[in-house]
Amino acid sequence: MATFEFLLQGLLVAAQPMNLLYALIGVTLGTAVGVLPGIGPALTVALLLPVTYQLDPGGSLIMFAGIYYGGMYGGSTTSILLNTPGESASIVTALEGNKMARAGRGGPALATAAIGSFVAGLIATLALAFIAPFIVKLALVFGPREYFALMVLAFVTVSSAFGDSTLRGLTSLFVGLTLACIGIDQLTGQARLSFGVPDLLDGIEVTTLAVAMFAIGETLYIAAQGDKGPETVEAVRGSVWMSAMDWARSWKPWLRGTFIGFPIGAMPAGGAEIGTFLSYAAEKRLTKHPEEFGNGAIEGVAGPEAANNASAAGTLVPLLTLGLPTTATAAIMLAGFQQYGLQPGPLLFATNPQLVWGLIASLLIANFMLLVLNLPLIGLWVKLLTIPKPWLYAGILLFATLGTIGANPSVFELGMLLAFGLLGYVMRVFGYPIAPVVVGLILGPLAEQQLRRALSISQGDVTVLFTSPIAAVLLVIAALAFIVPLILRARGRGEVLAQLAASED
Amino acid sequence: MNKGNTPSVETRRPDRAALIIAAVLAVIAGVIFWDVSRLTGLAGYSQVGPTTVPYVIACCLIGLAIWTAAEGIRGDFAEREPQQFGPVIWIVAGLAAQMLLLNILGFSIATGILFALTAGGFGKRRLWLTIPIGIAFSFFVWVIFAKLLQLSLPAGPFERLFF
Repeated sequence: MATFEFLLQGLLVAAQPMNLLYALIGVTLGTAVGVLPGIGPALTVALLLPVTYQLDPGGSLIMFAGIYYGGMYGGSTTSILLNTPGESASIVTALEGNKMARAGRGGPALATAAIGSFVAGLIATLALAFIAPFIVKLALVFGPREYFALMVLAFVTVSSAFGDSTLRGLTSLFVGLTLACIGIDQLTGQARLSFGVPDLLDGIEVTTLAVAMFAIGETLYIAAQGDKGPETVEAVRGSVWMSAMDWARSWKPWLRGTFIGFPIGAMPAGGAEIGTFLSYAAEKRLTKHPEEFGNGAIEGVAGPEAANNASAAGTLVPLLTLGLPTTATAAIMLAGFQQYGLQPGPLLFATNPQLVWGLIASLLIANFMLLVLNLPLIGLWVKLLTIPKPWLYAGILLFATLGTIGANPSVFELGMLLAFGLLGYVMRVFGYPIAPVVVGLILGPLAEQQLRRALSISQGDVTVLFTSPIAAVLLVIAALAFIVPLILRARGRGEVLAQLAASED
Repeated sequence: MNKGNTPSVETRRPDRAALIIAAVLAVIAGVIFWDVSRLTGLAGYSQVGPTTVPYVIACCLIGLAIWTAAEGIRGDFAEREPQQFGPVIWIVAGLAAQMLLLNILGFSIATGILFALTAGGFGKRRLWLTIPIGIAFSFFVWVIFAKLLQLSLPAGPFERLFF
């Protein structure tokens, strides 16, 4: 099959020494940042985006993908040892993992998380490689109206389908869409919402917004909670190796988690969190040791961690094949592509196959690196958890501003950073989700472009948006994803959806 | 560790906060209407120009404002935890100081002050100790990123002592 050929060529690209180095830097940074409580992969990629202006596109994209995978691995360490998930997709891991650590079984918990992540990452990345060409073929028949419908679906699922409030999700989305209007209109060259300020003509930088919302907003929010007493880091006692019993109980959850997580990540349905919750529920139902659930069942760590990594790979399917980001991290990676003038989508597979397949192949390599980084070197990462909060957050803000200053050392840009940081803080206080703002900012202009193209072709006839079968089906799904949660919440079943909230990664 | 300058302020009237948010959303919508109405609607033959999408967004914002206000009046708007504003002021002061001082004093000093004030927000209030630590650390970062990675970070008098 041609896929193997492409994958082999990709491996040749990925195995170049410089690309291996970028992958290694990526996974190391990703793990380190994933381990730190409070910062997720979205923020790490946003921070590093300006730093990589000088690098070549292939190398820095490989690095970003490594950061994404590494962040997913690192998050499990935090939730197992600290009970403070570093990223939202690891919340479920904390349920059983932290109990295991308190019972002195932290080693096997970390091992099953790492090996499960590896198994899931491997299978899901291969699945990505095999599914991508089919979706690319499918996407070639997509016209502007189908793309527009797809983006509407992504808007709905990211903002209002999950989370505890349709209203707040939609408000976040429209804040993002409003910000997206700022700057010069792509089709007519007219300045919109820039109020004569030259700095605004280029629009709002995605990285500035993401760094401000995630890093500064989060720091302000944590600081405003006051001191809640010291958090206890569970020491890793005993061996990190799993017993035969642990292996026997882990391998099925790994595989089940992978097959739950990957499709969910691949659909334009938002974050990795949903898959982890479903996997946890499945393991709880299927386990032979129901009494252990809630007290540290290894299945409850193995399944969700696998699901988490599988959906991270799944997210790359719509991103690479359709140019459609479904999570905040994917949105920022899309900004990374755009920084080099590349637009992910079916055309990229045709025009730049080396880059795409090199990226996919480097994910396989990154997975092996992560296994090595996370098992023997686990003690090193645990030390990161002991950095006192004042220094940790002072350092986070230092690096957060560093990226913006490196891109554009102007008072105006830093002022925007501060203003969006305050906005991010206020939104957190009132429970507004952050991811829809970032996704709205980056996807808004693309959606507008497709809409206006579709309507230009039809000479202003709006019904054309619904007359293509694919577009109609996508819009119906989007409408269902909007209405069904509203009904569920009205009937008081909202807690389930609130738990599935796609908050930031 | 963290004492906080002001006692924790509890917002007791959730209604009012929701109404303020609704008002802000409505004002944003108004600004969009005002700004976009000045654009000539270069719509061409499709009646869809640069003004169409902003108008749609503004209409949706007004809808969301009404919805928010309704939830606020019924009192089922978001619950929230009490916030301490002392630490927030420390950190915002740090960011503002960095913003204003960056191009005058250079990266290390401006960012060092940000570093110290952020640590202050989390309870490390001994500025005579934290500012030098912050400047030293920022200088170290400056050397790595500006000299090794060729990122353009503004230099000030402190950096010029060395390079």
